[in-house]
Amino acid sequence: MDARLKVRNTKSIIFKSVIVFLAFVITIPLIIILLYIIKQGVTQVNWHFLTHVPAPVGETGGGISNALVGSIIIVALSSIIAIPVGILAGIYLSENANTRLAYYSGLCVDILQGVPSIVVGMVVYFWVVKPLGTFSALSGSVALAIMMLPIVIRSTEQTLKLLPDSLKEAALSLGVPYHRVILKIIVPCGFAGILSGIMLSVARIIGETAPLLFTAFGNPYLSAAITKPMQSLPLLIFNYATSPYDEWHNLAWGASFILLMFVLLLNIFTKLITRKWNIQL
Amino acid sequence: MKHKRLDLSYSQLRWETVFKRILWIMSAILLVLVIGILATLIVQSMPSIKSLGIKFLWGKIWDPVNNIYGAYPFLIGTILTSFTALIISIPFSYAIAIYLGEYNPKGWLSNLLKNTIELIAAVPSVIYGFWGLSVLVPIIRVFEAKIGVAPYGVGVFTSSLVLAVMIIPYAASLGTSLIRMVPSPLKEGAYALGATRFEVIRSVILPYTRSGLFAGILLSLGRALGETMAVAMLIGNTSAIAHSIKDAFFGPGNTMASVIANEFTEADHTVYLSALIELGLVLFVVTVIINLIGKKIIMSYTNN
Amino acid sequence: MKVLKSLQFAVVALAANCLALSASAQDNTLLGAGSTFVYPLFSKIFAEYGKTHDVKVNYQSIGSGGGILQLTNKTVDFGGSDAPLNAEQAKKIGAPVLHIPMASGAVVITYNIPGFNGALKLTGKDLADIYLGKITNWNNPEIAAANKGVKLPDVPIVVVHRSDGSGTSFIFTDYLTKVNEEWAKKVGKASAVNWPAGLGGKGNEGVAGLVKQTPGAIGYNELAYAIQNKMPYASVQNKSGKFITPTLATTTASSNVELPPNAEVSLTNTDNPKGYPITSFTWALIYKDQKYSDRSAARAKMLLQLMWYNIHEGQKNCEPLNYAPLSKSALKVAEKLLKSATYGGKAIL
Repeated sequence: MDARLKVRNTKSIIFKSVIVFLAFVITIPLIIILLYIIKQGVTQVNWHFLTHVPAPVGETGGGISNALVGSIIIVALSSIIAIPVGILAGIYLSENANTRLAYYSGLCVDILQGVPSIVVGMVVYFWVVKPLGTFSALSGSVALAIMMLPIVIRSTEQTLKLLPDSLKEAALSLGVPYHRVILKIIVPCGFAGILSGIMLSVARIIGETAPLLFTAFGNPYLSAAITKPMQSLPLLIFNYATSPYDEWHNLAWGASFILLMFVLLLNIFTKLITRKWNIQL
Repeated sequence: MKHKRLDLSYSQLRWETVFKRILWIMSAILLVLVIGILATLIVQSMPSIKSLGIKFLWGKIWDPVNNIYGAYPFLIGTILTSFTALIISIPFSYAIAIYLGEYNPKGWLSNLLKNTIELIAAVPSVIYGFWGLSVLVPIIRVFEAKIGVAPYGVGVFTSSLVLAVMIIPYAASLGTSLIRMVPSPLKEGAYALGATRFEVIRSVILPYTRSGLFAGILLSLGRALGETMAVAMLIGNTSAIAHSIKDAFFGPGNTMASVIANEFTEADHTVYLSALIELGLVLFVVTVIINLIGKKIIMSYTNN
Repeated sequence: MKVLKSLQFAVVALAANCLALSASAQDNTLLGAGSTFVYPLFSKIFAEYGKTHDVKVNYQSIGSGGGILQLTNKTVDFGGSDAPLNAEQAKKIGAPVLHIPMASGAVVITYNIPGFNGALKLTGKDLADIYLGKITNWNNPEIAAANKGVKLPDVPIVVVHRSDGSGTSFIFTDYLTKVNEEWAKKVGKASAVNWPAGLGGKGNEGVAGLVKQTPGAIGYNELAYAIQNKMPYASVQNKSGKFITPTLATTTASSNVELPPNAEVSLTNTDNPKGYPITSFTWALIYKDQKYSDRSAARAKMLLQLMWYNIHEGQKNCEPLNYAPLSKSALKVAEKLLKSATYGGKAIL
């Protein structure tokens, strides 16, 4: 009897150690990757690197200002497209959970969440690039906006569903019109949740490369024209990482480092917001 | 005076309907978007569907010069990379889910681990690809030379390794929250009968969460199938079918997503281009089905 | 379908709004795409051009096939290609296209043979047989026959080729098609072919990386790249039976031919006894009539001026990057071609 108990206990302990080992060992690759990027990238980054465009082949120096500015513009533009649509659709889904449209829209959000990013890029090529007759930052933004939508919608919907109905009912009983109840009371109450959803979605799309391959296309110059091709950080990393030149590899390491910092900061901010307002996402 | 107030409430009323209509439109846009994506893919792949028919799916040769297009090499490549990655990742994602869900659900260490795992999903895939290309590939090359296969470095195996790490968070975070949702009376009952921790996990928690954990795996699989950049940088991009299983596993290959990324801007025949779009259509349909099944399982699980 | 149309409409409407926003942005950028072969040269020339002119040229190296496709779709101002348009491409593009020669370059055969550091000699036939998978070992008597006095080891050959569509592949397969009938019948020439043997590397990086790291490997790269990466490259037998090492001089010798008026000429397997046989022009492709879509005359002029600069002042960048500059006769043909470009029927230059 005692012996069997011992066996069972040992089994339990062994199982626990295996679980603990597996759970923690998988963080090692991530740490290695992060440290490697930081090690390779941090030495590249300086003022010159941030304010100059890449040098042509065979010349040293140069920077990634075109990609930096491009990424910011493209992401800002996608936010302008996706955030209003996303929040409003999220409101609809939380307010009218039981309509048939809400059911199908919810289904579509699930579908959009799972669409491979490369497929989005391909479709946007036919929607925007071909009709406009040129690759453009705008087409890249449309593609990224489609990637952003599901995250913004879901976070808005989840946050608003958590708010007590009494809030809305109190306001409505005071005679406040519906749209003001939503815009002035419900949305501000759920603001933190919506904001963290937006930041999460930005963190996700800022590193997306595949949808930009056939849309934003890349540009070796600093450009702010949204109807023209534009460089972005992930595109630059992809192009220069697969190039045969060491100087360009260095630019790509520096760009990776900057991109990583963006993503990390956005994630940390999101964490802080969700912790402060105690939101479950 | 009275008139004015009436006007005001009329305008408010009008705004109310306008606002409601806007909400309705915004949500309808989603339907239009998804149907639009599907329609675009179908319309644009029509030339290839018409000229190649269903044969396309198991055609073994991808030869743009002679206008022969078969998706088989990419289907095989996609399935091979995704499932290898999945098999590698499952022990880890289960371990994380069990650790965070049962052994250590609270406290700084669990928080740290949870945030670190979430960070894995946050790192852009192009960075995984770049790192893999410059660090992992030379290591794999040495390894391959040792075990006696052609030392390409890049290939299905390498991309599966990177992919495995990338998809862990999806199954892990879902698994964690599901395990935390196991009702404590069930567990307490088992403990009261004298079960050890391991026995509780094996006979109570895992059976209870089985379908949910499976859904998590499906979500991971959906990610793996559609992942593009890291794979395109690491898989070696060969459309030919390997001669032996060893070659297929360690040698270079191509997935549906990576071939689209490589060749979409280069496809200069009508059929070539639309064959690539048809690959995108297949990819879209498959990932949508997998994701929807996963979501359905989660829904039914959380509702009960 | 209807949904699709309305969606397109909505997107275009949105785009139009944004267009108005960015209308103030200056329109002094030209967009080109295509050949990776010429990319180092173009990026240098265009950087130089930008210093003295108020024009920014955005050239993306997406592959020759891609350049032609994007020109067909009118999404770029010019395409870069190492292969002239084929019949189907010409039909699809629907309007006359000018092939302006920019420079010529060599595709070299790089190798990694353990225990052998000498200069490898290859005949066209051997090369085709290697890439057909018929010669599979470095100690094959056929290779030994070309390399008298050299002992090649008993090592299996690992064939490496480009996996992406590439002008480099076109030049290489064009050469093999000319020298080997079996290759012509079985595989043919194109920027992406169905390779009978070997493994693919993406881009030059991929091919060079594989060749460098894989004992017994053979691959092909452009000359500039092989030199930069200090890789050994083979002498290839030309039509006159001489083994020629690829250099700037032998490339120039091959490219020194009488060009037809449309400049569409293949340089591979040259008749020149001093010429390296795997050589090719690289072309910039532009529409003959620049008045299409809603292009302005100023934009057409800007493009033509850039092309003019490329074939004149730009040529001084060729030699440092191991491209052969245009010969005098080629330059004449190029000038004539540029002068034939029109805008709504009127000459531009």
